[in-house]
Amino acid sequence: MSLFPMTGTILKSLFRKPATRAYPFVKRPHIAKTRGSIEIKIDACIYCGMCARKCPTTAITVDRATRTWSIDRLRCITCNGCVDVCPVNKKAPGSCLAMRESYTTPTGTRETEHHQGPEKAPAAAPKA
Amino acid sequence: MANRTIIPFGPQHPVLPEPIHLDLVVEDERVIEAIPSIGFIHRGLEKLVEKKDFIDFTYVAERICGICSFIHGQTYCQGIEEIMQLQVPDRAKALRTIWGEMSRLHSHLLWLGLMADAFGFESLFMHCWRLRETLLDEIEATTGGRVIFGSCKVGGTRRDVTDAKLAEIVRILDGMEQEIRDITGVFMSDSTVKHRMRGVGIITKEEAQALGAVGPTLRASGVAQDMRTLGYAFFNKINFKTITRTEGDCQARCEVRIDELFASIDIIRQVVAQMPGGAVDVEVKGNPNGEFFSRVEQPRGEVVYYIKANGTKNLQRFRARTPTFANLAPLVKMLQGCDLADVPVMALTIDPCISCTER
Amino acid sequence: MIEAQPTTNITPDTLVPETQKMKANGYRLVQMCASRLPEGLEVNYTFDKDCAFANLRILIAAESPSLPSVSGVYWAALLYENEMHDLYGIQFPGLVLDFKGNFYKVAKKHAFNEAASCTAPAKS
Repeated sequence: MSLFPMTGTILKSLFRKPATRAYPFVKRPHIAKTRGSIEIKIDACIYCGMCARKCPTTAITVDRATRTWSIDRLRCITCNGCVDVCPVNKKAPGSCLAMRESYTTPTGTRETEHHQGPEKAPAAAPKA
Repeated sequence: MANRTIIPFGPQHPVLPEPIHLDLVVEDERVIEAIPSIGFIHRGLEKLVEKKDFIDFTYVAERICGICSFIHGQTYCQGIEEIMQLQVPDRAKALRTIWGEMSRLHSHLLWLGLMADAFGFESLFMHCWRLRETLLDEIEATTGGRVIFGSCKVGGTRRDVTDAKLAEIVRILDGMEQEIRDITGVFMSDSTVKHRMRGVGIITKEEAQALGAVGPTLRASGVAQDMRTLGYAFFNKINFKTITRTEGDCQARCEVRIDELFASIDIIRQVVAQMPGGAVDVEVKGNPNGEFFSRVEQPRGEVVYYIKANGTKNLQRFRARTPTFANLAPLVKMLQGCDLADVPVMALTIDPCISCTER
Repeated sequence: MIEAQPTTNITPDTLVPETQKMKANGYRLVQMCASRLPEGLEVNYTFDKDCAFANLRILIAAESPSLPSVSGVYWAALLYENEMHDLYGIQFPGLVLDFKGNFYKVAKKHAFNEAASCTAPAKS
């Protein structure tokens, strides 16, 4: 049984850089591929509602009539499920829903974030 | 006869911020009997299976527990795959094994830290968690989440990891191994640490078996039982020894976990050395029909998922028996006749995870 | 295939003797659970010996269900039996430590014993 099993570690810690960061001056860089928060490129959205139906926490609502896509950030568990099922993404990954590396900023109130899509492009003139 | 007093322990207690309540019947400083009561946060996740389809339920299964979340997801997916007779690609199985062992590593390091905290060794606690932090960064870089990995799905895994990244993980683990050895050496040899754990809370081999103990609690009593020997995922291609101790006391349970740290590092090395190529998932067609008891070794012990499906997209019954539930009876047994001051240490040595116990 | 999982169907009368046999053969109690099926309540008793799986199964009526307690054989069974009592309303005469419905603090008594909406058989 050694008498001072901790001594080596203590000496090493004495000459080592601190294991912690001087937050808020030094911020932790986001690791690539982190599931941070959901972002939408609303112009590409086709309002199919797949993301809203597949969302395990029903954080997303899609309204086809008013062309809005809304998300309750506090309900979202960033499971990436909506990104996986988005039919627009199937054609070109990340073109509609995508996962950002950055987290949402802390908040004290529950708010639903609305994204208003552009007016529907006038459909090709009906063939008379 | 001395006066009997009932001392409540929990549901909020400094050593264990999880809602378990123990009524400790004490005579002077000696605990005569302990009556557990749980159920403060019963969430009824088992019933939720009737509302969610069986593929989406993976998200729920993963969130049963915050520490062994990946293995919960893996247990669920393996159960469904077994019912549907899906042939999961070898690469997905290997990745699951790596992530499973990484979560075992970070869970055991977390536990060692909490243990040090329980007997008041603050700096040891911080060193354990410093090492865990390196591991969490690697987990985040490969899966996208630090705690909820979210990388397992029915039919394979949701992400692939490049071979270069796997080699880097092995390099990092090689570097960590010596540091872990230095830190865990304190648990193994420090006299003050031993004083708190050696000979405390003894469970004999017979008791452990009769009370249905699982995981390190069972193995520390000399029963060599590890669900990984069933050979699920990639474990049929790995050489590993089931780690046991014979003393059955708190120190033995601690030593089993320490040795499992090195065993896990070795398992990851072996998997990376024989990493198969190819796809990481298969397409899932149709609905499951049948039943299976999925048993997987978690950091805390054997977890059992009973999955019963009837051919619809919702499962008929989903039941999770987490390791802590099985270890509650041994905990109550070991508390009988102990000193009141040893209760927190003993409660911690079964590595209780009450939130996942109540699902 | 990970492992073979043999299941034996038994009746409430033979439950305690069968469990005693398991205990005498050195089996460990893995878990006990009830499932609500359209035909009634199915209760599974799972055992394990050196990673070899064994399961006993009983089907009882869902209306005022009752089963003999095996907590006299496996002491740890009291936790599972109290759980089943709180979630399914199964009575266990002879339970060594009865929490009398206070094991889980649930908002609704015996919620798991309600027939689920999805238990209808699959459309072929």
